[in-house]
Amino acid sequence: MKNFTHRYFYYPGCSLEGTAKEYDISTRSLMAALEIELTDIPDWNCCGASAAAAQGELLSLALPALNLAKAEAAAQASKSTAAWDILSPCSACYLNLKRAEAETARNPALRARVNAVLAEKDLQYKGGVQSRHLLDVLAKDIGASRVGHAVTNPLSGLQVAPYYGCQCLRPYAVFDDPEIPGTMNPLIRAAGAHVFPWNLSARCCGAAHMNTHPEVGISLVTDILKAAKGADLLVTVCPMCQINLEAYQNRASRLAEEDLHISVLYLPQLLGLAAGIAEEKLGLALNLAAEKDFRFETINEPI
Amino acid sequence: MKTAQKNPPAHSVHSVHKTPTNPPDILAPVREMIQACIQCGTCTGSCPNAFAMDISPRGMWRMVIMGEDESITEELFNTKTFSLCSSCYTCTLRCPRGLPLTDAIQALKRIQTRHYPEKAKKNIHFYASFLESVRRHGRVRETEFMTLFFLSMKNPFLPFSFAPLAIRLMAKGKVKPGFPSAGNGALDPIFQKARELEASS
Ligand code: SF4
Ligand code: SF4
Repeated sequence: MKNFTHRYFYYPGCSLEGTAKEYDISTRSLMAALEIELTDIPDWNCCGASAAAAQGELLSLALPALNLAKAEAAAQASKSTAAWDILSPCSACYLNLKRAEAETARNPALRARVNAVLAEKDLQYKGGVQSRHLLDVLAKDIGASRVGHAVTNPLSGLQVAPYYGCQCLRPYAVFDDPEIPGTMNPLIRAAGAHVFPWNLSARCCGAAHMNTHPEVGISLVTDILKAAKGADLLVTVCPMCQINLEAYQNRASRLAEEDLHISVLYLPQLLGLAAGIAEEKLGLALNLAAEKDFRFETINEPI
Repeated sequence: MKTAQKNPPAHSVHSVHKTPTNPPDILAPVREMIQACIQCGTCTGSCPNAFAMDISPRGMWRMVIMGEDESITEELFNTKTFSLCSSCYTCTLRCPRGLPLTDAIQALKRIQTRHYPEKAKKNIHFYASFLESVRRHGRVRETEFMTLFFLSMKNPFLPFSFAPLAIRLMAKGKVKPGFPSAGNGALDPIFQKARELEASS
């Protein structure tokens, strides 16, 4: 589609090169099917994840700002008059880039400090490109009706529980209600599926607790899986949420003393299936919890 | 400095010798962020991790407010409370005084890292290992990061709790077994400059 006023730099982030490869594969395939061009940010670097924030505030802004600056330089070089946005599928990356964008916009002294760091790489960030989440772009720029037009294989009869997690919603409420989100609903319906009604769609998955406080992490995950019981599958928009919800289902089932197994897909995998994209092009074999028809019948091998 | 004016004892310690009974008020910047707290408890009621905390979020803010007293500061950094924050921003969203609570917790984590490193051991090593991988390569190598983490924790048993997941991820070709490599240090200047400016502020 040529009448788009936005053009997109693609920021995969580190997880999408490793544990969340299928999120990268499926995002690229879905965007190609929707005729949205993604331009890679030249030489992008890690956004610092949650590590930089705990270690040093300036570093936690400089790492994402470096990516914003790299994109801004590439946008200028493109000589295109369109507004350039950075599209991130990972919620943690999206938030780090958004935070650097928002905090430097609101505080000129901070922008000067951040730019003093970026000057080490001969770069500056002037606010010319914005950070956008994949879900924001799908829901607001592309829209459910355009997604619906691409659907060739409606997922009729499937009950899908949308899970948003935290970082795409809070603290910057850019494109959805930060506590009762709903932007995934029209997209799920456009795919021909039902939206499973539940109330933990914006509850925290525990983030890195699974590594640093596993007993607390498993408890949060168990609560979410319990609430999703009755749905055929969970859909996520973040690699951290995805791995927390898909990788510990045996442990959660033991803790809850009930079967909590459920298929967990990334949103572009779900929409891609409805659009008739081949499973290999959606990286479905890489998921840790995805049954053939998305209905878990039995408990699989324990971990 | 705004805080110092509001807080004469803290100011005086910078001009006189530091003694064990007259330490700097390290909580002053955090106190400034949350001093309008009315102790309503909305933060505690909103927190998904409150069940596992020894002191509630509301109680933690009370300690920050009273923390000019060194023993309270010490006690605060002995609690598990802020290290159990998973940065979900729910309390920030709901606080009736609109206080930047999650950012204040990040600030507490940084103060702990600086002043009480032995109390933040696990978190510090986790994040430091992550950043070391970023500094070396510009991006995170997930396996290297975990290896660095286990090495820095000097706890050979730790990896076993991750082994089942690591094996499944390797079987899917998502992570490769590997040892730390030196990388090209592409981000060294950024890390150095940020540290330098942070130290001088
Ligand atoms: S919600 Fe805000 S005002 Fe209420 S106790 Fe917590 S920090 Fe204080
Ligand atoms: S941001 Fe931290 S303290 Fe606040 S509700 Fe979430 S986990 Fe609790």
